[in-house]
Amino acid sequence: MKERLIVSASPHLHKGESVSRIMWMVAISLLPAGIAGVIIFGLSALSVIILAVVSALVTEWILQISTKRKITIFDGSAVITGLLLAYNLPPKVPFWLPIIGAFFSIAIGKQIFGGLGQNIFNPALVGRVFLMASWPKYMTSFTVPLSYDATTQATPLMLLKEGKFAEHISYGNLFLGLRGGCIGEVCILALILGAAFLFWKKYISWHIPITYIVTVGIFTYLFGPSGFLSGDWLFHILSGGLILGAFFMATDYVTSPLTRKGQIVFGIGCGILTAIIRLWGGYPEGASYAILIMNAATPLVDRYTKNRIYGNR
Amino acid sequence: MKNLFKEFLKGIIKENPTFVLVLGLCPTLAVSVSVINGIGMGVAATFVLVGSSVIVAMIKSLIPEKIRIPCYIVVIASFVTITELIMKAYSPALNRALGIYVPLIVVNCIVLGRAEAFASKNSLRSSFFDGLGMGVGFTLALILISGIREFLGVGKLLGHVLIKGFEPVFVLGMPSGALLVIGLLLGLFNLLKPGREK
Repeated sequence: MKERLIVSASPHLHKGESVSRIMWMVAISLLPAGIAGVIIFGLSALSVIILAVVSALVTEWILQISTKRKITIFDGSAVITGLLLAYNLPPKVPFWLPIIGAFFSIAIGKQIFGGLGQNIFNPALVGRVFLMASWPKYMTSFTVPLSYDATTQATPLMLLKEGKFAEHISYGNLFLGLRGGCIGEVCILALILGAAFLFWKKYISWHIPITYIVTVGIFTYLFGPSGFLSGDWLFHILSGGLILGAFFMATDYVTSPLTRKGQIVFGIGCGILTAIIRLWGGYPEGASYAILIMNAATPLVDRYTKNRIYGNR
Repeated sequence: MKNLFKEFLKGIIKENPTFVLVLGLCPTLAVSVSVINGIGMGVAATFVLVGSSVIVAMIKSLIPEKIRIPCYIVVIASFVTITELIMKAYSPALNRALGIYVPLIVVNCIVLGRAEAFASKNSLRSSFFDGLGMGVGFTLALILISGIREFLGVGKLLGHVLIKGFEPVFVLGMPSGALLVIGLLLGLFNLLKPGREK
């Protein structure tokens, strides 16, 4: 885009875009996945989502009041953080888990760095990883889809890690989200709907999500369970938090590289790390850790992928 | 006398080794899992600090300028050896819990820093109080950090369960939790520091 940008003489038309408008659009694009999650897992999923969003807003408001800064709870960014955090939680968790997670996301992940635009890590993922490290037993018990009661089952990736490949579920069920998992990550169909809306509005480009997903596919195909070139790449793409992470969290404007070249590097890096953690790591799923590690590498990627100024060296 | 008291007090708040000078973080991060470890480490470091400060202040005119650091290290290492042997004899459990961090007091930057920056330039009496104040400040900082980490990370304080049904924040008991707690406390101390630029 940038290389084709020609700045003509004024007057200029304002497109009407603003940070808060984009944030609210992203929040809207996240809704289908949330609705799908509530349909699949029942009302307990809805209460987790509401608790996380409300606590994210309240935390942001309290911190901005107490540090005497401008109140920006209506710019939509805290809503997105709350939504994404809730989407990364299992549907049946104690009520205090999303509250503490949202507080940690906003306070430690975002406001302590100076608020929106200053944070180095994706706040929602900071919260998720904090909860994962602190209360793993709640973060890894997933309810059975469409059962609406307390019975739990393992996610497809957890089964894979335990070597139970026989209990494989069909690609159709994976695509529709009829599997154990976190609230917002299960329904691939709804996530793709939301992502398509963002592509249509040109809020995200293909560079990060597509390279990320393709890299995971290639990597898991190459290093399959029964030797080289035998992996079930479609299973790996459709399971876990990969689609949610690739379209909605790796593409966070603040924590991903600025240039197209850098974004491709970022996507490939996320993909390789996710695949490595899934195939050889201790955890069944690695999307959140992969994105956080690449967030940390973003300033470095930005430095090495600076666009050349025309006529310069 | 008033001056000596001031030398003692400055180590506790105004020049607290952990929160203001930001020295000796390595043992702080490693041993602050439980309060009893924190107290043990703090007392051991205080003993070494006071002893080495006094000796360095006594022999400061004998030490040649160019090899002063090795000389300080020899003095400090002697006191660390004494501490380690005493600890092994009288509380082997604590010695096992602190592990390699007891011998590592030799290279603790607080001890070397006080020898270099204070004891080698000041009188014996003020060096004694400076070392004592720094040691007490270090111990208090360790108690604060390890208290927070033990209470929130394990759900206990000095080995006792305080609140029934409290679900500990597991991550605070891990090394990453130590960095998190120390970082937040450092920020808090900076916030409270008088004369901070707004």
